[in-house]
Amino acid sequence: MNFDLRLPIGALFTLYGALLVSYGAFGDKAQYARSLGLNVNLIWGLVLLAFGLTMLIARARGSKRP
Amino acid sequence: MHISLSAVDYAVIVIYFAFVIGVGWSLKRSMKGSADFLMSGRSLPAWITGLAFISANLGAQEVIGMAASGAKYGIMTSHFYWIGAIPAMVFLGLFMLPFYYGSKARSVPEYLKLRFDEKTRGFNAATFAIMTVFSSGISMHALASLLRLLLGWDYNACIAIAAAIVLVYIFLGGLSSAIYNEVLQFCLIVAGFAPLVFLGLKDVGGWSALQEKLIPVATSQGYAAGTWTQSWSHLGTANANPMGVEWFGLVMGLGFVLSFGYWCTDFLVVQRALAAKSLSAARRTPLIAAIPKMFFPLLVILPGMIVIALPHVGGHSVLPLTADGTPDYNMSIPTLLARYLPSGLLGVGLTALIASFMSGMAGNVTAFNTVWTYDLYQSYMAPGRSDRHYFWMGHVATVAGVLLGIATAYLASAFNNIMDLLQLVFGFVNAPLFATFLLGMFWKRATGHGAFFGLLGGTLAAAVFHGLSLAAGATPGLKGAWIAPDFVFRSEMAQSFYVAIVAWSTCFILTVLISLATRRNKTDAELHGLVYSLTPRPSEEGEPWYRRPVVVGSIVLAVTLLLNFLFR
Repeated sequence: MNFDLRLPIGALFTLYGALLVSYGAFGDKAQYARSLGLNVNLIWGLVLLAFGLTMLIARARGSKRP
Repeated sequence: MHISLSAVDYAVIVIYFAFVIGVGWSLKRSMKGSADFLMSGRSLPAWITGLAFISANLGAQEVIGMAASGAKYGIMTSHFYWIGAIPAMVFLGLFMLPFYYGSKARSVPEYLKLRFDEKTRGFNAATFAIMTVFSSGISMHALASLLRLLLGWDYNACIAIAAAIVLVYIFLGGLSSAIYNEVLQFCLIVAGFAPLVFLGLKDVGGWSALQEKLIPVATSQGYAAGTWTQSWSHLGTANANPMGVEWFGLVMGLGFVLSFGYWCTDFLVVQRALAAKSLSAARRTPLIAAIPKMFFPLLVILPGMIVIALPHVGGHSVLPLTADGTPDYNMSIPTLLARYLPSGLLGVGLTALIASFMSGMAGNVTAFNTVWTYDLYQSYMAPGRSDRHYFWMGHVATVAGVLLGIATAYLASAFNNIMDLLQLVFGFVNAPLFATFLLGMFWKRATGHGAFFGLLGGTLAAAVFHGLSLAAGATPGLKGAWIAPDFVFRSEMAQSFYVAIVAWSTCFILTVLISLATRRNKTDAELHGLVYSLTPRPSEEGEPWYRRPVVVGSIVLAVTLLLNFLFR
């Protein structure tokens, strides 16, 4: 089966990360009162983005292996 | 309680739906026969089957129910993980998978057929098939009710969308599609709930502040101060803890009978391990699953503990109230979602919740279509047909399974009592199962008649003991004591643990006695690969330590022991 799960996981989390980061950076800031003053969209978005990109990079490297 | 979503939250949910269907779509071409569709062609790596193994079990009951128990009982709820899951998962990996996987059985009921006889398989396959359909329906019903309550969405539309998405991705990509999506769901559940727990814990003031704030929760109900934050210290007697159970009932009932019965014999989870590409990968599946599993209390139980520790506003808990005025503990996680997550992350948290319901549904559908196609249809209705035919039947069973699930969901929404009764009966059927498997795998003298009548006897014993026992304060009837209230337990949970102990012991003793009284129906040669003493030990020579099941299993057990000790 030539299906590599790292691609959809990587793509989904890169997309989610990018979405949250941009929403956190440019969206409404007033709502972060409820998340204890933390811009959690920006922070957690970066974490998800990093996870997604790691998966994509691992896939790009791993696919060269036989 | 009502949550309103903004565009970004909808985007997150829609993207997720698109991905799960996309995974199914891209697997469509590799589905060439019934083994691809129903068994993933036994081709998947251990980390994938391992994560799918816990995700398939991570249904509605898990996420919503464990948080509710966290609020009701505190950290004692972790026993469902540290006693009630990990040891059984390690046992499955080390001792049982060599027989399941090595015997080339395509399902758990088929193992029973190879090891015992046709009637034992038939009994197990039929009850299991019915159970999976009902469980997937109950998941659907729970999801739709929750979304209606939280978001004001239409109940019928929720059922239709959830069913359609699960149906499409399984229909396209079979078990592989379900497994890959379960891994995706696992990642999403962690991504969605981790920030929730972080914010909740930060708001309460950290772990030590949480411990302090849970003291009045315990003392106001008449328990010792640390009851909500110590898992073992208050298990001396059933009166000393909110679960109403003492250490023996907990360890034997939950830790041994129920836990081993579920994790080691339920095809829903075992199927994930059977999809692995080699015996070694299959054995590592539950061991890899055990590693995140032992830390799951952090994600699903801690939210309940946090919710109950939050300052009460005007004398009321932050939880919404049920009709009879008690806090609705099932709303623990939704309450935290609404309280802490801003738009954006709220979408991720909600998607995680939806994902957990869908993985529970899909797990049941994939287990159903396999047992139906191989163990019921091929064995009793249409043997000897071409693989094309069974491949086709697998698809038909997928559609039928989802449709029956929908019917069950509506049944559940209309008749609560029927569902309670069914779950009770399923409990009776499941409780003795592990005795049959244990004797089957480790005692070559166990016979087909012994297994079958032992199982029936154990199920009957469960029903009779249920009829003789009652939880204090409950009304006789569906809750027990429909014969006479001879045994009174402090809680329904304690009652169910003891029902399981009685069922298991009866099945064990009956199987031994009947086996000794009947002639063996399988020769040593026929039992090769099915029974411990007649199977060569799998070799781990030349494997690095992290790929050796015994080493990984020992590490898992040691860390679990440490967790039990730390939160004693």
